[in-house]
Amino acid sequence: MAIISTAGLAKTFTTKAGPVAAVRGIDLTVAPGEILGFLGPNGAGKTTTLRMLTTLLPPTGGAATVAGFDLAREPAAVRGRIGYVAQSGGVDLNISLREELVTQGRLYRLPKAEAVARAEELARDLGLTDLLDRKCAALSGGQRRRLDIAMGLMHRPAILFLDEPTTGLDPGARADLWDLVRRLRADHGTTVFLTTHYLDEADALADRIVVVDEGVVVADGTPSALKLQYAGSAEAALQHAFLAITGRGPAPADRTPVAV
Amino acid sequence: MPALLSDTALVFGRYARQTLRSKFQMLFGVLTPLLYLLFFGPLLTDLPLGSRGDSWQVLVPGLLLQLGLFGATFSGFAIIIEKQFGVVERMRVTPVSRLALLLGRVLRDATLFVFQAVLLVLAALVMGLRAPVAGVLIGFAFVGVLTLSLAALSYSLALKVSKPHEFGPVVNAVSMPSTLLSGLMLPMALAPGWLDVLSHFMPFRYLVDAVRAAYVGDYASGAVLYGVVTAAAFAALSVMVGTRVFRTAGA
Repeated sequence: MAIISTAGLAKTFTTKAGPVAAVRGIDLTVAPGEILGFLGPNGAGKTTTLRMLTTLLPPTGGAATVAGFDLAREPAAVRGRIGYVAQSGGVDLNISLREELVTQGRLYRLPKAEAVARAEELARDLGLTDLLDRKCAALSGGQRRRLDIAMGLMHRPAILFLDEPTTGLDPGARADLWDLVRRLRADHGTTVFLTTHYLDEADALADRIVVVDEGVVVADGTPSALKLQYAGSAEAALQHAFLAITGRGPAPADRTPVAV
Repeated sequence: MPALLSDTALVFGRYARQTLRSKFQMLFGVLTPLLYLLFFGPLLTDLPLGSRGDSWQVLVPGLLLQLGLFGATFSGFAIIIEKQFGVVERMRVTPVSRLALLLGRVLRDATLFVFQAVLLVLAALVMGLRAPVAGVLIGFAFVGVLTLSLAALSYSLALKVSKPHEFGPVVNAVSMPSTLLSGLMLPMALAPGWLDVLSHFMPFRYLVDAVRAAYVGDYASGAVLYGVVTAAAFAALSVMVGTRVFRTAGA
């Protein structure tokens, strides 16, 4: 039984210049406990899809079930069962970690005492205990990201959506974050749906990769299956498979003279 | 319903703590009316203002509502910054009531501006204001309802504008004519016929007239009744618009 399934999920924005089809029709399923890498070139419709699946944006076509509830008809029930960590994170820098975490738990309707206990439990798990009473502004990039993820986990969601979780992190912090995602799945069976531009990240972390381009799914499979099918060998770099799938080679050298 | 109440209290608490941390934010809004009180008020004391009561009973109600027009209308700035940091979106993916996201914020604003109104009236008492206690309390109630409504509209506008630098000019374009046409500084009783007629189309005028009537103890007058009806209708409309925007915005 899939924990996420979509059929023809679509979003067309109405602009002054006419309708723009950002997502044309996404069909995908995600199994419980799976780590799914959601890839695609810039403008492919990744973020729009993510925003639809997290109830932030109403779809204009198709249907989806997320965590057992219909996305269009029961968005409130979906919200209670998913966590979403956006690229921008979304904490107030002038507030302490503890206060932000507890308020976040309360927004998810945890009783006060439970929210306080859960904040400490997560801080312990994510190595933030010593920082709990510092302001969010005092954190390093890697610590900030761990806090953002803690915010998304306060209510023990069944699915965690991560939008480019390691963008801007140093290599050590990235490796830590990968471990964290694997541990989440191992310890709690959390399903993780993550977008990324780093193909090594998708290769190392994801059980399965879905590639979107121009608003539709263009490839779907395990990293090694995609490499075998599109790059000719399971040992090839995922980069080659990705470029073959999206039909975009390396940018051609600029032949315009520097000065005329 | 209990969820709405506890959600509202939660959002209110978050923003009230934010305000308490910033003395600047707590006092900034009262600065402009206070300057008018100190440097403009004394000019009026011997002028015939065409109203009952002395000049302070005319000026202070106007300054109280100025708190709303120059203070609450800018409440939306805070949410523009929050939007850029992703705070609004992060809250919108939780099951929290959309109405509570609005109400918690505007109740904080209303509380802040009533607090500033109290400071202003205390300063006015020193300057020479004398008014019945009930009238002063009615004045605070009007400040609360007006700032709540204007803050709701301000947040809605802030969530809707695509470019943050457009927000300030739009707010000014609304608040300046509102200030002048509602007779905040000097009563419209002094106006020539056409200006008086025009000002009757400005809803805030009825609020100012109501508070001025209350400040001279004229509670049963039509002015207070019109003021209450206008304020209630404006609040209902603003909260309705605000809830709509909070439900769909951020797209």
